[in-house]
Amino acid sequence: MKGLRYITPEEAFRQYRRRLEAAGYIALALLVLLAVRFFWLQVVQYERYHAMAEENRIALVPVAPPRGTIYDRNGVVLAQNETAFTLELIPDAVGDVDRVIGQLAQLVQITPADIKRFRRLRAEAKGFESVILRARLTEEEVARLAVNRYRFPGVQVRARQFRQYPYGEVTAHVVGYIGRISAKDKEQLAAEGRAANYRGSEHIGKAGVEGAYERWLHGRTGFEKVETDSAGRAVRVLARHPPVAGYNLQLHLDAGLQQLAAEVFGEHRGALVALDPTTGGVLALVSRPGFDPNVFIDGVDQSTWAELNHPMTRPLINRALRGVYPPGSTIKPFMALAGLELGLRTPDDSIIDPGYFSLPGSTHRYRDWKKDGHGVVDLKKSIVVSCDTYYYRLAHQMGIEAMHRFLAPFGFGRRSGIDLEGELAGLLPSPEWKRRRFNQPWWPGETVIAGIGQGYMLATPLQLAVATMALANDGVVYRPQLIRAWQDPVSGRLQQAAPQVIARIPLKPQHLAVVKQAMVEVTLPGGTAAAAGAGAAYAFAGKTGTAQVIGIKQGARYDERRIAAHHRDHALFIAFAPAQAPRIAVAVMVENGGSGSATAAPIARKVIDYWLLGKRPDAAAAAVPAAAPEEEREDAHPVPAEGEPPGAGNHGH
Amino acid sequence: MLIRCRPRANPQGQATMAIERLLRRLTAHLDPVLLALLGLLLLVSVIAVASASSGNPDKLTAHLVNIAAALTALLIASHIPPQRLMQFAPIAYAVGLALLVAVALFGEVVNGARRWLDLGVTRIQPSELMRLAVPLMLAWYLHQRQEGLRPLDFALAFTLLVLPVGLIYRQPDLGTALLIGASGFFVIYLGGLSLKLLGALAVLGVAAAPLAWHLLHDYQRQRVLTLLDPMSDPLGAGYHIIQSTIAIGSGGLTGKGWMEGTQTHLDFLPERSTDFIFAVLAEEFGLVGNLLLLALYAAIVYRGLTLAARAPTQFGRLLAAALVLTFFVYAFVNMGMVSGILPVVGVPLPLVSYGGTSMVTVLFGFGIVMSVATHKKLVKT
Repeated sequence: MKGLRYITPEEAFRQYRRRLEAAGYIALALLVLLAVRFFWLQVVQYERYHAMAEENRIALVPVAPPRGTIYDRNGVVLAQNETAFTLELIPDAVGDVDRVIGQLAQLVQITPADIKRFRRLRAEAKGFESVILRARLTEEEVARLAVNRYRFPGVQVRARQFRQYPYGEVTAHVVGYIGRISAKDKEQLAAEGRAANYRGSEHIGKAGVEGAYERWLHGRTGFEKVETDSAGRAVRVLARHPPVAGYNLQLHLDAGLQQLAAEVFGEHRGALVALDPTTGGVLALVSRPGFDPNVFIDGVDQSTWAELNHPMTRPLINRALRGVYPPGSTIKPFMALAGLELGLRTPDDSIIDPGYFSLPGSTHRYRDWKKDGHGVVDLKKSIVVSCDTYYYRLAHQMGIEAMHRFLAPFGFGRRSGIDLEGELAGLLPSPEWKRRRFNQPWWPGETVIAGIGQGYMLATPLQLAVATMALANDGVVYRPQLIRAWQDPVSGRLQQAAPQVIARIPLKPQHLAVVKQAMVEVTLPGGTAAAAGAGAAYAFAGKTGTAQVIGIKQGARYDERRIAAHHRDHALFIAFAPAQAPRIAVAVMVENGGSGSATAAPIARKVIDYWLLGKRPDAAAAAVPAAAPEEEREDAHPVPAEGEPPGAGNHGH
Repeated sequence: MLIRCRPRANPQGQATMAIERLLRRLTAHLDPVLLALLGLLLLVSVIAVASASSGNPDKLTAHLVNIAAALTALLIASHIPPQRLMQFAPIAYAVGLALLVAVALFGEVVNGARRWLDLGVTRIQPSELMRLAVPLMLAWYLHQRQEGLRPLDFALAFTLLVLPVGLIYRQPDLGTALLIGASGFFVIYLGGLSLKLLGALAVLGVAAAPLAWHLLHDYQRQRVLTLLDPMSDPLGAGYHIIQSTIAIGSGGLTGKGWMEGTQTHLDFLPERSTDFIFAVLAEEFGLVGNLLLLALYAAIVYRGLTLAARAPTQFGRLLAAALVLTFFVYAFVNMGMVSGILPVVGVPLPLVSYGGTSMVTVLFGFGIVMSVATHKKLVKT
């Protein structure tokens, strides 16, 4: 069996044929197997693989919408998009990034800061995304790069939109700025369900109108359906869903007034708020020193950041909204009105001012700023000469509860509701508040000094402006508002923002007339702001004020050369004009400006001159006079009453 | 009469006749049916390569040149009498084996595998030679022994097969080793290997599988694992399979249209003009195109086996059938690999993939098939 196997050729051939047939059938079976596999992939599983192929090739690329433009009331641009050329790298396509940057540096200027920023942006980006190396290329640089383009695969020159603020630091605190979307912003957007709309955006409004009206300005992100190859490069655009631009905003702000107001502060630190009493519109809102908002857009470098956070100047703080100061004597017109309205005073009631006030049964003297007193003082004179004694007595009579009740509707002690973020509420004290805050009873002495705007009471310049507007408006309080109108980018229709009345304080016209007349006389000869009011071509109603600075501001470093200046009083001034039909209400605060009459009042005068008369101060007068005549200085040095807790008079801020 | 004389007097007519005669001689050993089927497949190849190269004219031209060269090789092979092939068989095998040994000893390492031999003038890959030499040698051997085959003869035949296959496997080149092994096995199987022995071999093979797994290189094992679960390594070894499967599946019933395959033209499909060209066709012509292609392969194999069976000698029958079945195995392994039912082995789709060597080798083989089927009178049996 195991031996030789003889077979005939015919036999061998038959066996061969059988085996060949068998092999053929096996081959056929294998082909059927393949066919089944193809049927499975191409018919049964078609939907799945079709989807996978589509997913492979189609990418949705978000297209960021153009941000809305911000205009002032006259159509002057305050924030706009500017197209500039950028030099960008796609790291994945470039390969040796450092070498290529070295070569590019021979063609265009690339600073170490550029490289640093590039590295930071690159760390955030995906490898196939374009990363900015240099922004704002000159035309010559663009040309030079275009000629050498073939040498640099993965390097491109692109036109990008940049946010630009033509007024720079002048409008920084109002218009604000945009900045790169931070991790925190992303969380917030995700929490609000708005993250998808920012898929194509790199920036978001951070402060000012840019921050407060982010939803309006941003617009709706569009998408491009792009076919991409395996390396993620876009091959062609399949479909476009164009973005919808953000709303254009028009503010009540007047760029010229704003600029002038910033200029007249000179080197002084401080804030100014000018409102339109007929609408509550913010005509100017200045905080000095300012800062250049343009530096924030792509991140601030360390030295600039340090400068912006200097403990002394702190330019980033919006003093108009967040600076809280004792209102000082600027509270007096409101107190006078309270006396009249509550029936505690008539215009003709007068006192004899010995230069101090003492509580019954106490020897402690609350001194007037004028050592020997103002003599016979009626209500009008009390405002014109800013008599402290008159108000010590009035406050004592009125009591803190009534004072709180009367002043609250004017906006003290609560946020005005301005359309900017970060406003502080200030403080309008009451016994209830004190119990809550310190768990202590209210002392009568505290009422006395509250009568001249000292003690616990704190107000922002914005709140002072709102209260002044209420006075000018005969008790009608509008919500201060920056936005005047917005423009739908699609329809182009302009829609006006309606003024919002937040309070109507019932005040008797005859009482208002007396107080207003007294405020007009403040700026006339004999008044505390006579110098600032000299030659005014309109009825200029105002009131000076001084807020004491005691102690060193928290966080400030002890600096011998500056400590004296830093301990100087803050100068305050509130004003409206023309008195009979006010078109502007202003509050000015000059940090360490000394007296209100010397530094704050002239600033208000210039701002009102410009607004009512279109007058620009000439160059020589632009700077605020350094010192005022001696007799016009008013001072308030209340000494804490017995039993008063230490620090009650310390109203440093 | 006059008309009959005219050609003699007309030198032009004479030339025409000479050309006719020449053509007749040239085509004497060609099989028109098989040639037509191969022509159709080559047409498919041109269509596929044109798409895979995204209309790159240089590549398409090179491909057409390769086809022309391969058809020439077929023409030449069809004229080689089987007798001559038989004489040549032991020499080709001996030289091939010697070269394989030389490769093992002095070969150049390219991409981690020792496959090339530098002869100073040119570099050669002896395993390519063995694709023909092994079936040739085995067909010759079994032809010699056809009168009385003993188990010893099969043992010797297996030895002749295992030597080169083992050397090629050690290079390492698993794909080529398996395919050459298959071609040799076909010869032995058709030569009359007892079915009992075949069964025993099969059992042995299954039993040896764990051992074989152990002997596999890491990358080879990875390929098998990848086949089982391509998603385990979607960006590495699995990427090819995933992308080719997507290409095939997304082709659907009728395909995306010529030059419209997104996987192909957006660069997702790797090796699309060579090993993965089937996916290009599948994506652009769908299931309909695939079934037509399978039918074409089936027709070629059927015609090839028919011709093999017509060969007058055992040598011719064994050789031709082995070549045709090997051609089928190549096609099956390639399509199986691209569609994800076989592990990735570097095998081109025969007569469709871009690449001159494979094209020439395969058509040369079909030339031999035609030769053994048509050289009837010249071979004594």
